[in-house]
Amino acid sequence: MYTTAFDYYRPQSLAEALTLLRAHPDAKVLAGGHSLLPAMKLRVSQPVALVDIGRLPGLAGITAAGGALKIGALTTHAAVAASDVVRAQCALLAQTAAQIGDQQVRNRGTLGGSLAHADPAADYPTTILALDATLHAAGPGGERTVPASAFFTGLLSTALQADELLIAVSVPVYGRGTGGAYLKHPHPASGYAVAGAAARVTVAGGKVTQVSLAIGGVTVNPVRAAAAERALAGQAPSDAAIVAAAAKAAEALRDPLSDNYASGDYRIHLATVLAKRALTQAAARAQA
Amino acid sequence: MKLAVKITVNGVERAHEVEPRQLLVHYLRDTLGLTGTNVGCDTSQCGSCTILFAAPGAERGEAVKACTLLAAQADGAAITTIEGLAQNGQLHPLQTAFWEQHGLQCGFCTPGMILTAADLLQRNPHPSEAEIRHGLEGNLCRCTGYQNIVKAVQAAAAQLA
Amino acid sequence: MPNYVGKSLKRKEDPRFIQGQGKYVANLSLPGMTYLALKRSPYAHARIKNINTAKAKALPGVVAVFTGADTAEVGMLPSGWNVPGIKVPANRVLQTDKVRHVGDRVALVVAETPYIAADALDLIEVDYEPLPAVTDARQAAQPGAPLLHDSVPDNVSYTWALGNKDEVEQAFAAADHVVELELTNQRLIATAMEPRAAVAQWSPFTEEMTLWTTSQNPNLTRVVLSAFLIGVPEHKLRVISPDVGGGFGSKIPTYPEEALVPWAARKVGRPVKWVASRSESAMSDTQGRDHVTVAKLALKQDGTILALRIATWANNGAYISLVAALIPTAFYITLLSGLYKIPAIYGEMWGTLTNTVWVDAYRGAGRPEAAYVVERLVDVAAQKLGLDPVEIRRKNFIPAADFPYQTPVALQYDSGNYQGVLDKALELSGYAQLRAAQAEARKQGRLVGIGVGACIEASGPAPSKVAGALGGVTGFWESGSIRVHATGKVTVLTGAHTHGQGHETTMAQIVADQLGVDINDIDLVHGDTAVIPNGMGTYGSRSTSVGGSALVRSAEKVRAKVMKIAAHQLEAAVEDVVYDREQGKVYVKGAPSKAKTFGELAFAAYTAHNLPEGVEPGLEEDAYYDPANFTYPNSIHIAQVEVDADTGAVAIQRYAAVDDVGKVINPMIVDGQIQGGIAQGVGQALWEHGAYTADGQLLAANLMEYAVPHAAGFPMIATARTETPSPHNPLGVKGVGEMGTIASTPTIVNAVMDALAPLGVKHIDMPLTPEKVWRAIQAAQRS
Ligand SMILES: Cc1cc2nc3c(=O)[nH]c(=O)nc-3n(C[C@H](O)[C@H](O)[C@H](O)COP(=O)(O)OP(=O)(O)OC[C@H]3O[C@@H](n4cnc5c(N)ncnc54)[C@H](O)[C@@H]3O)c2cc1C
Ligand code: FES
Ligand code: FES
Repeated sequence: MYTTAFDYYRPQSLAEALTLLRAHPDAKVLAGGHSLLPAMKLRVSQPVALVDIGRLPGLAGITAAGGALKIGALTTHAAVAASDVVRAQCALLAQTAAQIGDQQVRNRGTLGGSLAHADPAADYPTTILALDATLHAAGPGGERTVPASAFFTGLLSTALQADELLIAVSVPVYGRGTGGAYLKHPHPASGYAVAGAAARVTVAGGKVTQVSLAIGGVTVNPVRAAAAERALAGQAPSDAAIVAAAAKAAEALRDPLSDNYASGDYRIHLATVLAKRALTQAAARAQA
Repeated sequence: MKLAVKITVNGVERAHEVEPRQLLVHYLRDTLGLTGTNVGCDTSQCGSCTILFAAPGAERGEAVKACTLLAAQADGAAITTIEGLAQNGQLHPLQTAFWEQHGLQCGFCTPGMILTAADLLQRNPHPSEAEIRHGLEGNLCRCTGYQNIVKAVQAAAAQLA
Repeated sequence: MPNYVGKSLKRKEDPRFIQGQGKYVANLSLPGMTYLALKRSPYAHARIKNINTAKAKALPGVVAVFTGADTAEVGMLPSGWNVPGIKVPANRVLQTDKVRHVGDRVALVVAETPYIAADALDLIEVDYEPLPAVTDARQAAQPGAPLLHDSVPDNVSYTWALGNKDEVEQAFAAADHVVELELTNQRLIATAMEPRAAVAQWSPFTEEMTLWTTSQNPNLTRVVLSAFLIGVPEHKLRVISPDVGGGFGSKIPTYPEEALVPWAARKVGRPVKWVASRSESAMSDTQGRDHVTVAKLALKQDGTILALRIATWANNGAYISLVAALIPTAFYITLLSGLYKIPAIYGEMWGTLTNTVWVDAYRGAGRPEAAYVVERLVDVAAQKLGLDPVEIRRKNFIPAADFPYQTPVALQYDSGNYQGVLDKALELSGYAQLRAAQAEARKQGRLVGIGVGACIEASGPAPSKVAGALGGVTGFWESGSIRVHATGKVTVLTGAHTHGQGHETTMAQIVADQLGVDINDIDLVHGDTAVIPNGMGTYGSRSTSVGGSALVRSAEKVRAKVMKIAAHQLEAAVEDVVYDREQGKVYVKGAPSKAKTFGELAFAAYTAHNLPEGVEPGLEEDAYYDPANFTYPNSIHIAQVEVDADTGAVAIQRYAAVDDVGKVINPMIVDGQIQGGIAQGVGQALWEHGAYTADGQLLAANLMEYAVPHAAGFPMIATARTETPSPHNPLGVKGVGEMGTIASTPTIVNAVMDALAPLGVKHIDMPLTPEKVWRAIQAAQRS
């Protein structure tokens, strides 16, 4: 309920933020605060200082650039969910954002915060992985990009350095012929994903020409279901083909998480069901 | 460390020195004495503490959980709490609807419910029953079973339309 | 005018709540206030070897730190329901020797701010020696189980049995069919949205203590605190429970914090405030249910029930809470007849102690556990005999002509028309169509189920002398007072307490009709022992039937006095005057035009210029009402669910509830109570579980884990009523607050089992989480 004491800094620029992070190696970045503050209130996290990047200029908003949408790290879940351009050009991401937490959480929580936090039960990481997104980080040495596939490095950990900030995410746009779907099994209390599946399917000439499928919630980081993708690629998107492919999603799920609500076995099973349903919806949208 | 904050609450600008760790909900309740914003949990689930929050420069307030913001993060923001919802002595249509539809029993969840519903109706003036139920997923009520809350939101939507 | 009873009036209490002006304890702020926080055990069972408070005491802003050594002068938390032979283990407000559940109390801090108090808790160093723990009610009673208290050598605090064992055994021997079930009625956490809180202020000059606390029964709390705990004499102790944000039973018991806060206020000489965090509530509020039961039903070939036998292990947690021992005894075994004519019943139970948070009343308290056992057994029997669940129930219902009906387990049901309730429920739910649609769905391989729950409650516990005979330390009466002011306005006082039930409206409706005054001229006052000297509070769906009846009695006294004054002024005999309750006037029979209004007569009572001989000035009356019997509300709920065969997830598609709660004061409020109750009962069926690990860690430690129902979990619920008035209270009312919860749990579980019936699944223990349902489907498909 009551956090431990900390110092609070609110930099005015990205450069100042990076300087503060270097000066205070034990500080934590505060974005929307909707993962960090709950942890601090339970005193699970006890940072000595917070660097509030919530108002840094230029880090919130969505811009279209060369076949991709660049979404600022501070863009809230609600803004992504409601964005016309995201809904039109990368609907999978908007759908995912709309399923995070609840309205109040979506009004504060940010894309960057969710990805940097890398909660195994979070929704965005799964979709970011399925989309082959690119993450943009800024650090003392300048900016660099990290592919989604290399970003998540373990339980609550990412490729970001302590003195780096995630500043934006680029997601590829897609149009006719491609469909996406994100489905989750929400925990009945927390609303987080017990399992989630993000699928993107391109259908041309009656065949699946491209497919990506990522599964979250089951393992410490989301994973691509490569065997399932391979099984579906080149096939007609029939029920049978999708069921067969989805069953292979389990192959990617080693060392599943387990808790009082859902065992590891059940999570893997849920993942295959959600994979089937997400692939079905995505394929249907691709052909719509 | 103390921080100077200026926060407009229910139309009045308030200036205080706060400890960095003071939660916005405690600032409202303890510093300003606006105890209509309740605290029902410590994990950001229950929504009892929901207020409308307009970040500096934002046109309209959005529902947020005041237990999951620092007062420091609200510096420069404009906030509406349940105490500020009625205008010129006129109850907001949602307040009236909660009363008429028996949308409350113990009343503890009510301020948060009403303000979440206000955000919902700003976004979606004609929500379906399913959209209302979904829109209230960040708010828990242990008394009503939600049915009359849903009806109240429907009634207010009709009234506001 | 009047005739308010029976109308859906908007609630009088709501304007303050919808404008954020509720007066909850946590909102209170007093000059010089300090903040108390409790150091709680992280272990389920451990010996306290040493407590070092030096660092905490040294923290700036800390006012005081106390341990169990300091609070030795505070008494032990008592049991208020002492069934014969009960062993009540010592329970100190701060433990000194051992901790016996996660959340048990070892030290307290008083500080200038709640933030500093929390910091100080982290600086208290407790050296524990962890001990083996036991959490399961039945395992606790096994030889070799870890022992919690030296004074309870087998962890069995009490046992209880009721019924005729021999008759039951004979009936089973002669039966065509016997069905047997082993059931778990899982641990629940009440989770009233307002966490518990207390504020205390001590006046050294008057030696008076004022305690504001989140209680359902402030008068009872005052008695317990005064007599057993803090030693402030009752007349010097004022307990105020202002607006309380829900209780559901968890705010009945007198809690250690309610003793520690005033004790500390006196010690530090400043007001003290304590507000529980939700995580703290989860490990310190009394929890609910937690039974393991083996149950058997004997039937004839045609489905006639012959006998019922049960054995139950009831988990009390680590200590015996205030009315804990009542719940699985006289509130449970006595209800095992349900709505049915069961010739022979025998029930026995063991109340055990485990390394879990203590257990006490939770909405329904014993009666839902009984209803669940009976309704599950009846369904399993129907399935076995190939009967429709409606038919087996109809066949065994107590016929309307048999009331009053004496059950084999002590209770005498006063009235009822269960066939009528059933007919209405079939109609409201469209049962025939639901079954037809189910048949269609099954052809498509869909798992659609229809569940029926037919339940009774014994509400408004009564009478006091029976309570005493069964082990109760208090009675079950209620007080009701009416203070008519000189201007004809009315203040009504009740010893019942409203924390969501809407008494400010319903009690005003009752009194307005009794006196013939405008409802806006009446205000209800409750929850302050300085104003209401005696009362029993609100639980057990008692407030209207017992508290409301007390108000009827005092209204009768007010009317009698008013009539005397009127008769005198109209120069007539009292027998010749008429009290017109619609108009609020008194006149001489046949001469209504020369009436005296209620207002005029109230004024006359206070001017006392012209009162009849022997009539005292003033117009205020008190009454105590001790009911002759419980009331017996009953209900039949019917639900349709669909199970997602792939994931095991359950969706409720339709829900129809018909309740007979006797006479209805305010239909809108009754519907609200039923709807809210249903949601809670569904929560138990599908989502909620106060789960512990085997070594006693509470898994459902906060609302991230404990699944309170959300709005999206429900369809619109259809409600209807039949009205069979209670014959023995003046209002004809029965309890309503707990009915929805009692009926909805078995209704939903029966519906899910009906959905899975084609697969051969017989039973799944609650909550019916997707994984459990999925596993049951998998197992059924394998076999
Ligand atoms: C009640 C509730 C329900 C929720 N339900 C869900 C759900 O269903 N699904 C889901 O996915 N999430 C859920 N969340 C989490 C929510 O989405 C968070 O908003 C999100 O995970 C974190 O974003 P934030 O902006 O709030 O980050 P913060 O809490 O501010 O930060 C989170 C972490 O990331 C770091 N960080 C933040 N931004 C950056 C950056 N730009 N660069 C480097 N590091 C950074 C911080 O230092 C911190 O360690 C829920 C949260 C709550 C309170
Ligand atoms: S107090 Fe529960 S969400 Fe804020
Ligand atoms: S009215 Fe009591 S919690 Fe909603």
